[in-house]
Amino acid sequence: MIDIIVQAKPVGIEWLSYSPPGWGRNLLQGLASTIQIAIGAYLLGTTIGLLGALGKLHGGPVTRFVLEVYTTIIRAVPELVLILLLYYAGTDLLNRSLAALGYERVDISGLAAGIYVIGFVMGAYATEVLRGGIQAVPVGQIEAAKAYGMPFWQRYRRITIPAMIPFALPGMANLWLIVTKDTALLAVVGFTELATVTKQAAGTTREYLMFYLAAAALYLSLSLISTVFFRWLERRYRRGQAVPA
Amino acid sequence: MTDQTPITAKDDTTSAVLVQNLHKNFGDLEVLKGVSLDAHQGDVVSIIGASGSGKSTFLRCINLLELPSAGDIIVAGEAVRFHPPRPDGNREPSDKRQVERLRTQLGMVFQSFNLWAHMTVMQNVIEAPVHVLKIPKAEARDRAEAILERVGLIDKRDQYPAFLSGGQQQRAAIARALAMEPKVMLFDEPTSALDPELVGEVLRVIQDLAEERRTMILVTHEMAFARDVSSHVMFLHQGLVEEEGTPEQVFTNATSERCRAFVQTVGR
Repeated sequence: MIDIIVQAKPVGIEWLSYSPPGWGRNLLQGLASTIQIAIGAYLLGTTIGLLGALGKLHGGPVTRFVLEVYTTIIRAVPELVLILLLYYAGTDLLNRSLAALGYERVDISGLAAGIYVIGFVMGAYATEVLRGGIQAVPVGQIEAAKAYGMPFWQRYRRITIPAMIPFALPGMANLWLIVTKDTALLAVVGFTELATVTKQAAGTTREYLMFYLAAAALYLSLSLISTVFFRWLERRYRRGQAVPA
Repeated sequence: MTDQTPITAKDDTTSAVLVQNLHKNFGDLEVLKGVSLDAHQGDVVSIIGASGSGKSTFLRCINLLELPSAGDIIVAGEAVRFHPPRPDGNREPSDKRQVERLRTQLGMVFQSFNLWAHMTVMQNVIEAPVHVLKIPKAEARDRAEAILERVGLIDKRDQYPAFLSGGQQQRAAIARALAMEPKVMLFDEPTSALDPELVGEVLRVIQDLAEERRTMILVTHEMAFARDVSSHVMFLHQGLVEEEGTPEQVFTNATSERCRAFVQTVGR
């Protein structure tokens, strides 16, 4: 007698179970990569944005011109094109310059490249959001900081930045949501994040509806949780603002 | 153009703020055409004049919120050092550290309060003492409580400025200035943004400070008040001192026709 062990083909929701043949584990790993890139890119983008805003507000003519070119071009070209351009051309350029300087070529990890590319793109938008936020701070409050002897950086750290947060938060929350979705564009350069994994799972099993719905649900929950977080943050930073009657 | 005039020994010891021949341009417009002021320890100097006479600009030049185009500013015996004039005629201070240090000795109170909206009253009051003067937080807090008690805001210490009335905000702003223990208090029309019924509570606080012989320079439209508290009054007209002296002189025996007319129409 021969026992034929046939592994049952999953049905419906079983495709999403955590262990094989379910793809749940892969999807969650994809989501983890997505979140990692999003957080990294957001932090990088916010840093670039803050420096960009400071440069636009206080820089000399050259700095201001360079930043103007940066924000104009990045915001004008479709993100997909930018990602292809920065990912391939960026790594190529890096390796060529390393070769020219006599160094060996490096392999940039997909994660680092993804963070750098999306962060660089987001930085252009963040520059404008944060510049607007800083300019919305009443001049008198900055003048008071000057009048009490605060040096430039202390004034920024203690007064301008905390005072600008309530004005910048809605725009910055928007950018976070956009960044979480822009990570999906990294699928075109073969980086494994949630969208890539979903495509693989759907293609392998032909359960397109199941997997794309699952991915949509994961993106949705990410954005819902983010929204709650940003709402809490905004309430916290608006404590000092009177509620309009 | 010289950066500094020699300071005499007398100025060094007795003038809290000495301003000599101050000029200020906004583009082609010359708003100050050579104004001088000598405030000694314990003086209360009021600066009066019509809108556009340059009185606020003059006050703001003292702590370098406006850059003067010529003239000397000497705070507690220390002359502000300037770069040569820029193309627009105004001069940048050459030593930022010096300006920051001198500003800590000049407690500024603004017309529109300018409290930091993201901080409570208490946080506003201890902010500069803790972060600029580097006073330990506990000590700054104790000192702030005494000052808030004095201006009648101790029960509002944990409120944010937006939830206070204008008069309370201005008293909080005065507390913030006092917490620096400045050598001189500068008031830039402290009651002009207030509803009439709130003016009194702020003037009472300022009067209280005048009575303890605190050195103050005050730009104001409150003629009766200026007359009461001042040791010296300056009447500015089109960027020049048109009349100055004791309150008696300026308010009752002014030699300038314009000053007499101004005091009569505004003072009632």
